[in-house]
Amino acid sequence: MDAQHDATGNAARPVLEAPDIARVLTRIAHEIVERAKGADDVVLLGIPTRGVFLARRLAEKLEEITGGKMPVGSLDITMYRDDLRLRPARALARTEIPGEGIEGRLVVLVDDVLFSGRTIRAALDALGDIGRPRAVQLAVLVDRGHRELPIRADYVGKNLPTSLRETVKVQLAEEDGRDAVLLGVERTAPTGEQ
Amino acid sequence: MSKILIRGAKVLGGEPQDVLIDGETIAATARQGEIDWSGTGIEAGDATVVEAAGQILLPGLVDLHTHLREPGREDSETVLTGTKAAAVGGFTAVHAMANTFPVADTAGVVEQVWRLGKESGYCDVQPIGAVTVGLEGKKLAELGAMHDSAAGVKVFSDDGKCVDDAVIMRRALEYVKAFDGVVAQHAQEPRLTEGAQMNEGVVSAELGLGGWPAVAEESIIARDVLLAAHVGSRVHICHLSTAGSVEIVRWAKSKGWNVTAEVTPHHLLLTDELVRSYNPVYKVNPPLRTEADVMALREALADGTIDCVATDHAPHPHEDKDCEWAAAAMGMVGLETALSVVQQTMVETGMIDWAGVADRMSFRPAAIGRLDGHGRPVSAGEPANLTLVDPAYRGVVDPAGFASRSRNTPYEGRELPGRVTHTFLRGRATVVDGKLA
Amino acid sequence: MKRHLISAADLTRDDAVLILDTAEEMARVADRPIKKLPTLRGRTVVNLFFEDSTRTRISFEAAAKRLSADVINFSAKGSSVSKGESLKDTALTLEAMGADAVVIRHGASGAPYRLATSGWIDGAVVNAGDGTHEHPTQALLDAFTMRRRLVGADSGLGRDLDGRRITIVGDILHSRVARSNVHLLNTLGAHVTLVAPPTLVPVGVEQWPCDVSYSLDEVLPESDAVMMLRVQRERMNAAYFPTEREYSRRYGLDADRMARMPGHAIVMHPGPMVRGMEITAEVADSDRCTVVEQVANGVSIRMAVLYLLLGGYESAAPAAPSRTEENK
Repeated sequence: MDAQHDATGNAARPVLEAPDIARVLTRIAHEIVERAKGADDVVLLGIPTRGVFLARRLAEKLEEITGGKMPVGSLDITMYRDDLRLRPARALARTEIPGEGIEGRLVVLVDDVLFSGRTIRAALDALGDIGRPRAVQLAVLVDRGHRELPIRADYVGKNLPTSLRETVKVQLAEEDGRDAVLLGVERTAPTGEQ
Repeated sequence: MSKILIRGAKVLGGEPQDVLIDGETIAATARQGEIDWSGTGIEAGDATVVEAAGQILLPGLVDLHTHLREPGREDSETVLTGTKAAAVGGFTAVHAMANTFPVADTAGVVEQVWRLGKESGYCDVQPIGAVTVGLEGKKLAELGAMHDSAAGVKVFSDDGKCVDDAVIMRRALEYVKAFDGVVAQHAQEPRLTEGAQMNEGVVSAELGLGGWPAVAEESIIARDVLLAAHVGSRVHICHLSTAGSVEIVRWAKSKGWNVTAEVTPHHLLLTDELVRSYNPVYKVNPPLRTEADVMALREALADGTIDCVATDHAPHPHEDKDCEWAAAAMGMVGLETALSVVQQTMVETGMIDWAGVADRMSFRPAAIGRLDGHGRPVSAGEPANLTLVDPAYRGVVDPAGFASRSRNTPYEGRELPGRVTHTFLRGRATVVDGKLA
Repeated sequence: MKRHLISAADLTRDDAVLILDTAEEMARVADRPIKKLPTLRGRTVVNLFFEDSTRTRISFEAAAKRLSADVINFSAKGSSVSKGESLKDTALTLEAMGADAVVIRHGASGAPYRLATSGWIDGAVVNAGDGTHEHPTQALLDAFTMRRRLVGADSGLGRDLDGRRITIVGDILHSRVARSNVHLLNTLGAHVTLVAPPTLVPVGVEQWPCDVSYSLDEVLPESDAVMMLRVQRERMNAAYFPTEREYSRRYGLDADRMARMPGHAIVMHPGPMVRGMEITAEVADSDRCTVVEQVANGVSIRMAVLYLLLGGYESAAPAAPSRTEENK
């Protein structure tokens, strides 16, 4: 995604509005409970920044469904990125592993957009340095295609076929003041990812 | 014998004049176009004409303080390359400092330097003799022998080191009275400057470089002017660098004591702020001081408290400057930029005129050194040691073009005014159109 | 941030806070079973030490290794490498070996600056202490320790040391730690007071952004942190002070003096301590003394500095180091 162009709001149209986002998160929560057979050993780890908010929202919904406490945390992948030499160093975000830990548990990684798959590759590496989960699953709000690695999501809010010239921007109330998924068009040709 | 007519030059900055050189001497001077050829025995058409409209004609410049490095450090400079640099800078005579290897503390070494100067042909070389054996400050060198040698030494200095022992200094001052010599003191109290790397002050505190306090210079100058007064000798202060030193010399002169002093071009222009770059090209001894010191030095040169400008031309090979500050050698080359710096700092600021330049860079240094044949008026019958300057020239200093063997100039890339177009040493052009002849 | 870390004065407030925040995250890695990050895999960090300093060297070495960098230790002390041209030649050698960062400790003030600005090498230069000039990573780890103790590890994130009163005591004249701390603490909004006998305060200190006092007892009650600097016994021989006994009596920190500090105030020391000289064993071993913590924090700070300096070049993208999401 290209935040600069999205920030202008130019030519970006909403493909999901707030009620849609709430609805897909509810659906994903139900899918998680179903596939994990009760979600007893599930740990939700959001990938900063917006993945963390989505993980917290999912946790609330899961708690409503199961009535139990849902461990939720964050997993910063900055130090595991494969493009560190190509860009100026970034500020780090917080990795917060819930007290239960991840050892032997089902970790559900949560992110806003699945694109090349490189972020998730980095997240799997980061996870491996923290512990050994029973299994790792992936939940994303939007899958926009164009994978560059053999990675797929277990739970998808919306499949959104895009061209590389298009941009997908997720806005969440916690960070952006409103909930929306915006589809826009880059004004310049995509520079290509790495 | 060559005959040269310098046409239309402003002699010492005055009205345009024609100056006729016949052989080694000035044959005639007159208002432009008014030379009375009949009295000269020369046909007007026989003289080579140097068109000098707009240019300033000065007596050949005299440097009281030059490091020619030969013998011993021929990798940084030789008498030949150093005198070439001197000629390019408009000098017709330089005083070669004694801190060579071996030290110029015997008649043999000073005669060697004197002979090398004769052979170079670009500039007269007057050797300076060391005050003490090996510059060690312990035992007087054979000052009389050096004076009596072919080199005829009249200026003695341990420059690079201070004659810090008060008794040795007193004896030297007394001893040279016998042959009208002068001791040129490098004023640096050694204990106060142990580990010194730069001027002690705001900048040294910040950079963490060992401080060279002004008081280390001033305390020695104060002592030496008192000593000179006490024994009735004359003393010359090398490269005076602080406002406090100016005050002491001014006071000594007001007493009528026989004290003279020099200032370097770099101390008239550069300050210790430049050291923030940690570039050793700015490392020099005494160190670059503050803006207030620079201004006091200019005032003192203008009012005559400081008698003359001396370059302290100190060549060093590239590797001695291409390193960290602490490991670098102290000193800067200066012969080829001295006049330009003086023009910028003193003439263009209106503090002295060109007659003042002639005084501070030729008449007075020659007088202090008791140097015959230099620092003479530009008039008929005088030796034709002359320097022609184009004051309108503006150029960026490019050390690659230096005649000196070394390149350690602090002015690289800086625009400086003025250029020496011609230098004449006893009627022979050593520099023509800004290039070595 | 600039490409090199030569002087604490080069850091803006935001740079400094970014380093402290990054170090806070790095510190958390030390609590994990696997204390290593792949971040600098394939990058080469050279520790170029012209002076012995085992502590600083192993701190940088641990930091680089935790980030998976290859570390080459180049100790120039004692070999023929000690003067001028060899700094250049050494630099050219390192350049040929492909050093991405050079961590340099040198006895000459300004040597790291020369290394960074001379064109001899391409990599980032980190000053690990130069002569009596600066030691910026020490100042950063000191500030990090203060922020953790005086503001809080988590609550300190994004914050500086606004209004905190820091006292630095000892041989200011010869201390690169003091110079770097004065710059950095001032940038971070703290109020610094230097305390020393007048002989150990540099001429020109009046231009520094700090106060100077000759009386430790006067400033102790108002200090949030008191940093004791090592005082070398050799200084006595150069008449900086008469005797060790007199120095300790006037400027040493003992239990009585520590009792006059506010309850929350901490005692710091960059090490190595000279017990009995500037600090008594009782103070050094008290839980208000952060000297061991400072060592641990040193690794986190140096990890943060290496990480931030060894990112891609600034020209590659806008400087704001926000986490962009271009490769989801």
